[in-house]
Amino acid sequence: MIEVKGLVKTYGTKRAVDGVSFAVRRGDILGFLGPNGAGKSTTMKMITGYLRPDAGTATVEGIDVTVDPVAVKRKLGYLPESAPAYGEMTVGEFLGFIAEVRGFRTKDARKTQVERALALTHLEGVSRQTIETLSKGFKQRVGLAQALLHNPPALILDEPTDGLDPNQKNEVRALIKNMAAEKAVILSTHILEEVEAICTRVIIISRGRVVVDETPARFRARSPGARLDEIFRQLTDTDV
Amino acid sequence: MNQICPLFRREFLGYFRSPVAYVFLIVFLFASIGLPFFVSHFFDANQASMQSYFFWHPWLFLFLIPAAGMRLWAEEKRTGTVELLFTLPITTLEAVLAKFLAAWAFLTLAILLSFPMVVTLAWLGSPDWGVIAAGYVGSILMAGAYLSVCSLTSALTKNQVISFVVSVIVCFVLILLGWSVFGSILGSVLPVWAVDVLSNFSFITHYEPIITGVIDLKDVVFFLSLTGFALFLNVVALER
Repeated sequence: MIEVKGLVKTYGTKRAVDGVSFAVRRGDILGFLGPNGAGKSTTMKMITGYLRPDAGTATVEGIDVTVDPVAVKRKLGYLPESAPAYGEMTVGEFLGFIAEVRGFRTKDARKTQVERALALTHLEGVSRQTIETLSKGFKQRVGLAQALLHNPPALILDEPTDGLDPNQKNEVRALIKNMAAEKAVILSTHILEEVEAICTRVIIISRGRVVVDETPARFRARSPGARLDEIFRQLTDTDV
Repeated sequence: MNQICPLFRREFLGYFRSPVAYVFLIVFLFASIGLPFFVSHFFDANQASMQSYFFWHPWLFLFLIPAAGMRLWAEEKRTGTVELLFTLPITTLEAVLAKFLAAWAFLTLAILLSFPMVVTLAWLGSPDWGVIAAGYVGSILMAGAYLSVCSLTSALTKNQVISFVVSVIVCFVLILLGWSVFGSILGSVLPVWAVDVLSNFSFITHYEPIITGVIDLKDVVFFLSLTGFALFLNVVALER
């Protein structure tokens, strides 16, 4: 479904991503872990076609992002880090705009998609409010609604639960889990418990390289009895 | 290319979602109509002509168009929405064109809002409609050329102030080369042919004939090719 082969990205002299490869199948929820600056976001941006890789490639449903980025963008729902959105628009206007660009050209089709996305993310109550007046948790949900709007076969979510309160976090996790059966999902997070709660696979990335790619259960079994963050620290402390 | 429509609409309406549009239109109208009235003595000239209105446009645009254009890309970069925009299924060219056309349409609106002056002229005298129409065409074409320069500088930075200052400097050079006062200074240092060649790159050289009613193909081609070239560089700057 999503296949990543030898992605490389260099900023100046720093190699941010250094030969990252993995594959995500339909039904998988891949937890992308790693210290800040390890290359998680850069890898995700290359899969979405926002950044051009210096080497390697990513394919989504067989379409190569370096060959046909627009076709890949049609297949993907993407939530960028900190959920940017046009602050002066209302939630409804913003999602309507996304729906239109996503190819829902008739008013009815647009309305159906927007209402579905609003319902999934529980945003009906604020659809007439401008985005800049919303709290961080609501903004995050607007970003999620935007990513889910066209019911894409593949989802890439950069820290989807960032800024949400514990209840909202649970809700978003449940939402992702419910959709996952017919989708391939990649999500990055700093919260190790999140990986255990919803992910079917975990990848740890450190200094631009994949250091772990296994199931959460095996990850935990690496050091029985230890806390997850201790295992995480052992694997990534070369970064500090 | 049918992706331009939704983007254009969002951009154009976006001006009116914030106070920017109203402040800009009011300042533009005060300045563009104030100058012919109070400096060029519009009524005292006793001519049914819009010459004194169009005469000021190169100088007026020098400050007002960078003010309208500086946010085009710089703001998207600062707020992070550029990442959202370029992970939607659109090409860079479509995005550049849509944003440019929306801003150009907005400037065209600002220019056409001077229509009460034309109505006054028609009521008081019998103006030459061809010359007035040519003036509007010239002014709108020149506004497009200014705007394309501003769009380009805006794409090079995420800081709107830098974008504004650089646009003003570039546009100032493009005016200066054709301004007779500066031309005579240049003439004392450079040979005549060199001054002629340089002045060919100026807005003024190609604008002044149009507002006297002479729409020469080479002047129209100048504005359109400058616009096209700046927008091409704009696409390159964003894709890099």
